[in-house]
Amino acid sequence: MSANDLATSVDEEVEGPLSAAPVAIPDRSQLPPRVVSSRLRILPRIRDIWRSRELFVFLVRKDLKVKYKGSVLGLLWSMLNPAVTLLVYYVVFKYFLKSGTPNFALYLFSGLIAWNLFLTALIGASSSIVANAGIVKKVSFPREILALAQVGTSTMFFFFQSIVLVLFLIGFQYAPDWSYMPLLLFALVDLIVFTSALAIFFSAINVYLRDIEHLIAVLLNAWFWGVPIIYSFNQVYHHAKWLGYVYLVDPMTIIILSFQRAIYGRVAFVTYPIQQVPYVLHGKIVTHAVTVRTVTQQIPYVLHGAIAYRAHVVSAATRTVQLADYPYHFYLLLLGIVFVASLVMLFAAMVIFGRIEGNFAEEL
Amino acid sequence: MGAAIEIQNVSKRFRLYHEKYTSLKERVLHAGHVPYEEYWAVNGVSAEIEAGKTVGLLGRNGSGKSTLLKCIAGILQPTSGQVVVRGQLAAMLELGAGFQPELSGRDNIYLNASLLGLSRRDIDKRFDAIVAFAELDQFIDNQVKYYSSGMYVRLGFAVAVNTEPDVLLVDEVLAVGDERFQQKCLSKVEEFQREGRTIVVVSHSVEMMRSVCSEILVIERGELVKTAPPGQAIRAFRDLLIDTGMVPPESVEEEETTPVVMLSPVRRAVELGKVTVEYRGMDEHPYLESGDPLTIRLEFEVAAEIEDVSFGVSIVSERGDIVFSEVRHAIYGGGIFSPGVGEIALVFDAIPLLDGRFTVNLDVRDSRGLVIDVLEPACQFEVMYPGRAVGLIALGFNFDLTAPSWRNQHEHP
Repeated sequence: MSANDLATSVDEEVEGPLSAAPVAIPDRSQLPPRVVSSRLRILPRIRDIWRSRELFVFLVRKDLKVKYKGSVLGLLWSMLNPAVTLLVYYVVFKYFLKSGTPNFALYLFSGLIAWNLFLTALIGASSSIVANAGIVKKVSFPREILALAQVGTSTMFFFFQSIVLVLFLIGFQYAPDWSYMPLLLFALVDLIVFTSALAIFFSAINVYLRDIEHLIAVLLNAWFWGVPIIYSFNQVYHHAKWLGYVYLVDPMTIIILSFQRAIYGRVAFVTYPIQQVPYVLHGKIVTHAVTVRTVTQQIPYVLHGAIAYRAHVVSAATRTVQLADYPYHFYLLLLGIVFVASLVMLFAAMVIFGRIEGNFAEEL
Repeated sequence: MGAAIEIQNVSKRFRLYHEKYTSLKERVLHAGHVPYEEYWAVNGVSAEIEAGKTVGLLGRNGSGKSTLLKCIAGILQPTSGQVVVRGQLAAMLELGAGFQPELSGRDNIYLNASLLGLSRRDIDKRFDAIVAFAELDQFIDNQVKYYSSGMYVRLGFAVAVNTEPDVLLVDEVLAVGDERFQQKCLSKVEEFQREGRTIVVVSHSVEMMRSVCSEILVIERGELVKTAPPGQAIRAFRDLLIDTGMVPPESVEEEETTPVVMLSPVRRAVELGKVTVEYRGMDEHPYLESGDPLTIRLEFEVAAEIEDVSFGVSIVSERGDIVFSEVRHAIYGGGIFSPGVGEIALVFDAIPLLDGRFTVNLDVRDSRGLVIDVLEPACQFEVMYPGRAVGLIALGFNFDLTAPSWRNQHEHP
């Protein structure tokens, strides 16, 4: 019997002619206990967060409402901005800065939407506890929700931007790689979990070290250039193989590569077979020349003795390699590792958050 | 009923930094040697608050009462010890905390109520009640930034009380709004009490505490110094204030207002001696219960033969109001005392006073009414009134109800 059931049962019984009549008093000492102590109990914390999911929704809704309150176009603004960005990139890279990357604007945007989620969530979350000092000091609720709500808001913007992206894909008549589409889902889950972990961690640290929110902005700027969004992973890889592996340590690189692979996908310009290389096709090593099965092509070939796979999507114009076209299961493996690592980080972030949360009200 | 709140050896330590280094540069520069003092805001407090009771936390500013309340609310975690709270809890530490000025009253109700732990369904159900209680029907879709401070606070209160908490924590917020709204708040509190909800109140308003609470915890320097019914606890609290020099003893003020007594030329013909007070249960507790009889015994010594002596007795409240004052002839119709030692007993059949500490002044006068000797104060006694009435005198009254129909809660029609 929950507290609310109790309350309503009391209400019903007061319907006598005189509300001052004695009311059957429920024994409230038998209600489920809630313990406040410095001992960290991670499971009740997670349970509390789960129970506050409606609060999470209200907070996200509040953020969206407040942001565009009083503006005529409202949420449309959140789509207009990326649309203009996309258009500008399209024009600039098509006519002025010929990058050799076909549809560069789409390539850029397929990685950028994922990055934007990460960026806005972390910027928002790092100051979320401090910005909400008023309620943190006066109301008891799982405070992680404040950081998570920022991730939620950013995810909403991600979806708005995805609408823009879809419109542009339709406009350019550019088909994403449907077979890699499920990757998008896994990558998005990874992205949200990874972002949440950092969001919770930095929101807590920022209470004690107010530099963090500024540091984050600088850090994210540097990080952005460390992730192949504007340039391609293969430029890195061809520059130095070890550097490519270093890149793959960064969860954001893996997530963004997956986004690019699914959305930007195969490049439809390969019209001739590439050089003869030993390659693995359906698990067998084949050494004869590649016959292109489709115009869009995916050629995994052996790298380092059949352990790692890599394939090229070759653009027609320059034959530069665009994407790290690992086979499907390799993407899944990488995303799986990122997922597990992100979960561990999320758990650790919650432990740290829980340890220092007890003094938030005093520190603010 | 069992305990709704168990406070188990709760301590809360704060660090008072002499200089607060919150930036990275300062932290690095001062790494390892940030000067701070440790300060125990709450120190080993244990208490149980029974379900359905209304308990006050009373203490000076900085005594740790608000910190303790925040620990109960779960806003602060105790450094050691724990608090167990049973049932849904709502803390009213600041009304309308977390209101978004840009959002409408409606949106804010949903946001605030869910912050207090309500589900969307519950808010839907109670929405009308909240709006009605806040008296904001026509403004509910206006942005909160256009609300007056009164409307703001009313909305905050309405949301908080309508969360139907099992445990309600209230910090200094009952004294908001105009008088009518205050009345409404208080009647809501009474309704909660009838429904067996547990309430913990922190307030500076001793009078409000007295009228609302069934028990008060007095907190001083982070420690629980007394748990008692309101009358006793408030007295202990006042003594504490006097002891620590926070409040000048009231007698200092009284001296200026004490009327000049006309002294008799035959001074010390009668000398007043020891005064003792007797009442029921005085060995167990330092107060008499309201309505109980009181006996004051006064020893006196007559030095020389004296005619027609009368004794004056007056009872003065803490504020200096004279509750009772009378002068009586020692021997009805007049008479002569010969030298020696005597005693009179002033027997009050009943002391129908409310909570408070009362001072008894005694004097003896000669035939012309001039004072021979005076004891001021002669003695003091404390009264404990078990009810909630506020004021000076316990006026007994009956509550006669004439209602169209009436049935007991447990009977079914």
